[in-house]
Amino acid sequence: MINANGGGAVVELDHLTKRYGPSSSKPAVNDLSLTVPAGQICVLVGPSGCGKTTTMKMINRLVEPTSGRVLIDGEDVMKLPAVELRRRIGYVIQQVGLFPHLTVADNVAIVPKLLKWRPGRIRERVDELLDLVGLDPAAYRERYPAELSGGERQRVGVGRALAADPPVMLMDEPFGAVDPIRRDRLQNEFLRLQARVRKTIIFVTHDVDEAIKMADRIAILQVGGVLAQYDTPEAILSAPASNFVERFVGADRGLKRLSLARVRDLPLIQPALAHAGEPLAKLRRRLGGAEVDYVLLVDNRNRPLGWVEAAQLAGDGTLPANLATPGAPLLDPESTLRDALSAMLGSSVQLGAVVDEKDSVIGLVSVDQIAEILRREVRSVATDG
Amino acid sequence: MADQPFFRPDWVVDNLGEIGARTLQHLEITAIAISIGFALSLALALLARRYRVLRGPTIGIAGAMYAIPSLAAFGLLIPFTGLSLLTAEIAMVSYTLLILIRNILAGLDGIAPEILEAADGMGFTTTQRLWRVELPLALPVIIAGLRITTVTTIGLVTVTSFIGEGGLGYFILNIGISRFFPTAIYVGAILSVTLAVVADLLFVWLQRALTPWARARATA
Repeated sequence: MINANGGGAVVELDHLTKRYGPSSSKPAVNDLSLTVPAGQICVLVGPSGCGKTTTMKMINRLVEPTSGRVLIDGEDVMKLPAVELRRRIGYVIQQVGLFPHLTVADNVAIVPKLLKWRPGRIRERVDELLDLVGLDPAAYRERYPAELSGGERQRVGVGRALAADPPVMLMDEPFGAVDPIRRDRLQNEFLRLQARVRKTIIFVTHDVDEAIKMADRIAILQVGGVLAQYDTPEAILSAPASNFVERFVGADRGLKRLSLARVRDLPLIQPALAHAGEPLAKLRRRLGGAEVDYVLLVDNRNRPLGWVEAAQLAGDGTLPANLATPGAPLLDPESTLRDALSAMLGSSVQLGAVVDEKDSVIGLVSVDQIAEILRREVRSVATDG
Repeated sequence: MADQPFFRPDWVVDNLGEIGARTLQHLEITAIAISIGFALSLALALLARRYRVLRGPTIGIAGAMYAIPSLAAFGLLIPFTGLSLLTAEIAMVSYTLLILIRNILAGLDGIAPEILEAADGMGFTTTQRLWRVELPLALPVIIAGLRITTVTTIGLVTVTSFIGEGGLGYFILNIGISRFFPTAIYVGAILSVTLAVVADLLFVWLQRALTPWARARATA
């Protein structure tokens, strides 16, 4: 079974230093100490040359530290043989690195096989993991990586890293190779997954927005592997520790704080739903009781098709299917308000349809709701300052 | 002799037993040469990968051996190993090395670095990584090398008839050329070409069977 009640371990970096040259050379990682609590996502972020990837690779000893220690649940990683250590740590990289000559099932089964699990147990585990990452085992088990889309490969990569239920996962720019829209989806899915498995995750990215969205704690590194600040996203946005952090996080800190809240945090607006062929008079009554000026045309499985304005509902007769203005932005409850805002601003009607995993509508949010939060934000920053 | 027919089927019928035996011998010399050549090339290629300095010299020496004319190679070996199968095999094996070593190295070098990083990160030992990841992925290029060397070796085996071996070369040299009997030359040549074509097709089939993934392409 997947460990659902906190499968993580405490990861502690203790005065970790890495030099690639002689002891007089400039370090790549310089005397880095930080503790990641069990079950949290710690994002290492910083400009290129800040040693974030080197730091991560010292945890599974793909890079051996020059000095200092890495402790997992208090145990020094140098005390274990490197291959044994690595089988206990999930690893996901940007290009995913699926083995092209192995099927999806065999890719996922790698670490269990290295650990010599029984074949029956491996098969069960593979199906369980494919389910967990949202791929139908029957349809995907026997496929080769070349037959998958970028997003599907990414999910298989995550499943593979989770195969032996490791307490710690290392993720090196895991969503870096997918386009922005799919990246947002994968991030949301991954956060939902993490809410179930609660691994301790060390996540490397160069993208501040991704860091703010994914992190429980962010470690901002400066060139030369110096830790500039290690704190929660909220604390880093509201109180950057240095000019470097302030510049790195960016001038639009207020806007970025929108990345801290999710669509699910908003009170959802009850939509007035309409199906093609319904009498207009009935729809007018339905809209009368709603908070917005549009009915949302949906298909027979409540998936949004488009908006119909109040003015278009005049007269007798029934609602024709082609009346709707298409393009209601579909929002995931896990989406950040920032992503939701930009999706809504890009559409003609400034409302978004919040949908569940099957794309059925569960409520609406409006640009006004988010603008209201921004106004409060500005007031609180003003009083803080 | 001059009024002899162009091709004498009766000779073929009379000598079916001998033709079969020589064909088998031809295959045997080829198979031994390819097996030993491949084992040696694999070992040398892996050494050259582990110790980078060996790479240049390994390919250089294999290249020099490839360039030695086969008759000269026999001449140089006979004082040591005599007119024997061993002499023939030493020469045949030395001609396989260059192409096999180069293709094995090219196959291994062509693997994307992120795949090796993923393998290391998941806890493969060096040996596990080699056998379960690197060699399977290098297989298409390695088999391409085996196809070329097998086809050339099948052709070259005929030349070993100069030192009393030769498989189908026996018909070409010892009967066809020595006694001016074209039928034997045709038989030797046609069977030799047929063997080469069949061996090549077998490798194509082997590659398809071993690398189903190489045919999988994005459908999504």
